Amino acid sequence: MMTASNMTRFALVGLVALSMAACAPRRPVTGVADGTGGPAIDNPAYPGPGNGGIDGGNIGSGAPGSEQDFVVNVGDRIYFDLDSYSVSPEAYPRLDAQAAWLARYPQITVRIEGNADERGTREYNLALGARRAESIRNYLIERGVSAGRIDTISFGKERPIAEGATEDSWARNRNGHTAIVSGAQ
Amino acid sequence: MRLNLLLSTVAAIGIAATSFAQAQSARDLNGPSRQQTQAQPAQTGEPIEVEIDQGVLRPFQIAVAPFSGQNGTSIADVLSGDLRRSGFFEPINPASFIETNLSLANAPNFPQWTQIGAQAVLYGSVTPRPDGRNDFGFRLYDPYRQCQLVSYNFTATPEQWRRIAHKIADVVYARMTGETGIFDTRIIYVAESGTELNRLSRLAIVDQDGYNPVFLTDGSEIILTPRFSSNPDEITYMALGEDYSRIYLYNLTTGRRESLGEFEGQAFAPRYSPDGSRVAFSIIRGGNTDVYVMNLGTRQLSRLTSDPGIDTSPSFSPDATRIVFNSDRTGTPRLYVMNADGSGQRPISRGGGSYTAPAWSPRGDLIAFTKSGGGQFGIGVMNIDGSGERMLSRSYFEEGPSWAPNGRYLMFSRQTRGGNTNLWMVDLSGRVIAQSGYQGRGSDPAWSPLLDESPNNLGVGQGADSCSS
Repeated sequence: MMTASNMTRFALVGLVALSMAACAPRRPVTGVADGTGGPAIDNPAYPGPGNGGIDGGNIGSGAPGSEQDFVVNVGDRIYFDLDSYSVSPEAYPRLDAQAAWLARYPQITVRIEGNADERGTREYNLALGARRAESIRNYLIERGVSAGRIDTISFGKERPIAEGATEDSWARNRNGHTAIVSGAQ
Repeated sequence: MRLNLLLSTVAAIGIAATSFAQAQSARDLNGPSRQQTQAQPAQTGEPIEVEIDQGVLRPFQIAVAPFSGQNGTSIADVLSGDLRRSGFFEPINPASFIETNLSLANAPNFPQWTQIGAQAVLYGSVTPRPDGRNDFGFRLYDPYRQCQLVSYNFTATPEQWRRIAHKIADVVYARMTGETGIFDTRIIYVAESGTELNRLSRLAIVDQDGYNPVFLTDGSEIILTPRFSSNPDEITYMALGEDYSRIYLYNLTTGRRESLGEFEGQAFAPRYSPDGSRVAFSIIRGGNTDVYVMNLGTRQLSRLTSDPGIDTSPSFSPDATRIVFNSDRTGTPRLYVMNADGSGQRPISRGGGSYTAPAWSPRGDLIAFTKSGGGQFGIGVMNIDGSGERMLSRSYFEEGPSWAPNGRYLMFSRQTRGGNTNLWMVDLSGRVIAQSGYQGRGSDPAWSPLLDESPNNLGVGQGADSCSS
């Protein structure tokens, strides 16, 4: 299943690739224009393909109980509506899965990081992010995770995961991130 | 309020008109006019020449002659830049000057200055002293009335010429407007670099005109909301690390940095009390944000608010008896005022939209704020009872007004859609709005107090202010 967080990830990879393409240096035209040939082969801006062999393999989904297992198979982020800090019903399955996973690995402690979009003032957004983190913490506690295993912090609007001034990126930046602190494989 | 502004507008136009009429008569009669036309003193007890409330239809034409001596031309440039940025002065192009050999020993050749429309002439010299320091002397004349407005001599090491230029600009500004100056000040801010998703933020300080920027942190923490104490050597700010957040107190002179304390819950939004003895800030506990105050001497912590809403961004009144803050206890964030002990909490903002990030004017008369609504953010001011609200600036995004020490200007950060964040400045009329002297990427500006007290013996030993007699 393609989770929202994976979608984000792929979208970001796409963006990076796009911006790299946009930044690729243009070929100098001087050599071509006067008919003396293409760019000099020792131009450092045009690295050759390289001689090393290329190997492939499957991307792992993480050993059970690992951080990668949590991120890939459970999902470490849920999203909030504009100016809202209540956990939306769409987020229940993922938080339920987080609670179940944390029940399976009781030595693991987590930190819930609350985030806000950029359409708010700095200090107010810190307080808003804290409410989001607390909502997630309370949800997990209700699902049986012991309070002592869950720390919270608000990053306000300081740690965006999606760039661009669009409704979509703001929506993705309004999130709560469950970060593994200790105890993972 | 509106009526007052209107009245002062009329008064200002009146002054300008009289001044030009006077200029005409002075030229016709080839002699000084002694008619008293100045408005009453606003603050410093001096008569004022420029009404800066509203209605300055044309900035005051001032001729700033290159000073003689070391760095003299640069001093005049710095001075001119300061005065121009204030919005109330228009330095005349030096290329049009007729008299070019001004000396402190003499008065200007008045007709040669009125001929180019100079309403004031500033000139000075830099003279070495036996102790290795320099004398920076200057005179300011009104060429129409043919009298000296002010004169003074600063003594400082030669390297301090730029600061001295700012101090001279402050003297000129104060003499002409009746308001305390703003130029011998610095801005502390968060310098930004990198990309949206990988932003590097560093605490930085810069002269008010954008010169001498210095980074004070290395970028390993995200820096937020630096603020000055009444002592411009001391600041407080918030920092976010990977897994912690902290309020720091930082002495810029000694480099000593300490944490305000380890709290049960996340602490943020620090702001000094006017005397620097306390810091008001917010602590988040169990998702709820309240306002606290800590006595820095005793480290005693007091809780000022306790409702389930978000209560944050506290800012003291200059007499330290009250605090303005924002709260969403009734839904949308509004501005509230309370007594400094937390009693008497009452909403003051009246309009729709969200009000956040209030800052109490150092003059005590106004509260600046950020207001959002209709997809825009703006900077505005209101009276301390919430009346007389007016917006000074609006754009896609702007926030965090910080007052100039004279309570006449606000600096804030403005972000363009999908673009960078820069520091902007607006005056209380909303007429003078421009990027601040520092043009690099940055946010969260805080304007320092004047670095020194203004001299109180202006004109002494150099010939008194003959225009006011």
